[in-house]
Amino acid sequence: MAKLDLVMFEEEYKLLQEIISRLQADSSSKVVFLVDKNGQQIAAAGDVRSIDATSLASLTAGNVAATDGLAKLIGEKEFTLLFHEGEKDNLHISIVGKRGILVVIFDMNSSLALVRLRVKKASRDLQEIFEKVEQRAQSTAGDSNFESPFSEITDEDIDKLFGD
Amino acid sequence: MTFINYASREINCKIVYYGPGLCGKTTNIQWIFEQANPEKRGKLVSLATETDRTLFFDFLPLDMGTVKGFKVRFHLYTVPGQVFYDASRKLILRGCDGMIFVADSQRPRMEANIESIANLATNLKENGFDIRTIPYVLQLNKRDMPTAATVDEMERLLRFRNEPMIAAVANQGTGVIETLKACARQILMELQKS
Repeated sequence: MAKLDLVMFEEEYKLLQEIISRLQADSSSKVVFLVDKNGQQIAAAGDVRSIDATSLASLTAGNVAATDGLAKLIGEKEFTLLFHEGEKDNLHISIVGKRGILVVIFDMNSSLALVRLRVKKASRDLQEIFEKVEQRAQSTAGDSNFESPFSEITDEDIDKLFGD
Repeated sequence: MTFINYASREINCKIVYYGPGLCGKTTNIQWIFEQANPEKRGKLVSLATETDRTLFFDFLPLDMGTVKGFKVRFHLYTVPGQVFYDASRKLILRGCDGMIFVADSQRPRMEANIESIANLATNLKENGFDIRTIPYVLQLNKRDMPTAATVDEMERLLRFRNEPMIAAVANQGTGVIETLKACARQILMELQKS
């Protein structure tokens, strides 16, 4: 494969989850999502059942990708922040490191200033974890003792997925 | 780029349908959406123009079941086929795990097919992928059209790496699942290697 897969282990996942739960509480926001730049949801905190998280992740990634394209057109490296203001709810989208996107949904119980402040701190913490995840992926890729659970996928397993 | 989550025991793979305008990319995923068990499919998101042409992408998440104790989820995307949407097309290839090229069998569209494959090769390269090695399936769609070129002819013009080639009539569902399965098989076999 052209790029290393994103492999998330329990330990780092827990840390990510803790950080975004804290961010959700500290920023008095409704929901916080951590999404990967390719549109996969990584973690979420808050009232997540009220939102179609999968579509949100994919559309956010599309939005960020399109904005990235716009940035490059005008000679910028990237726009690290997107803000959408609605009648009741607002969407604060920011880039974390090389592959993460942080989405905060908040209403009048919070404010843009508070969200920005809390996101800044959380982003730094998240970035550290992402770096760890990447290091771990690189070291396991070169580690011959690490046995992937997928090393023995058979044709039969794949047929089963399609109900054959 | 497959996302493997050991904490929630999930694997997420991104499959992109590519091809010239009006070749049937959206029709493929619409058919999958209509046939899939409602519990296993997510919402079909379509960012389309007022005339139902794809503007940015269509997106369908599908839960496929489990492999080796991991839940397998496919994220299906289509690109906009019209030539002038190239900037958007490029973005959608980010982090893709497998490609399905939907070719239009109608003879007058053969040049558009060839151009679209060349465009795919360029856009994949810009995203760090190689069209010769990425999981890839060639679907010959619209086999029921009166002006359809023969399978041999299309193979000679469009097949370049011994990839699985599947005849289809996407609006009737013929070949749609077989195509997805052929792509999924390659992606999961890649996981085995990496």
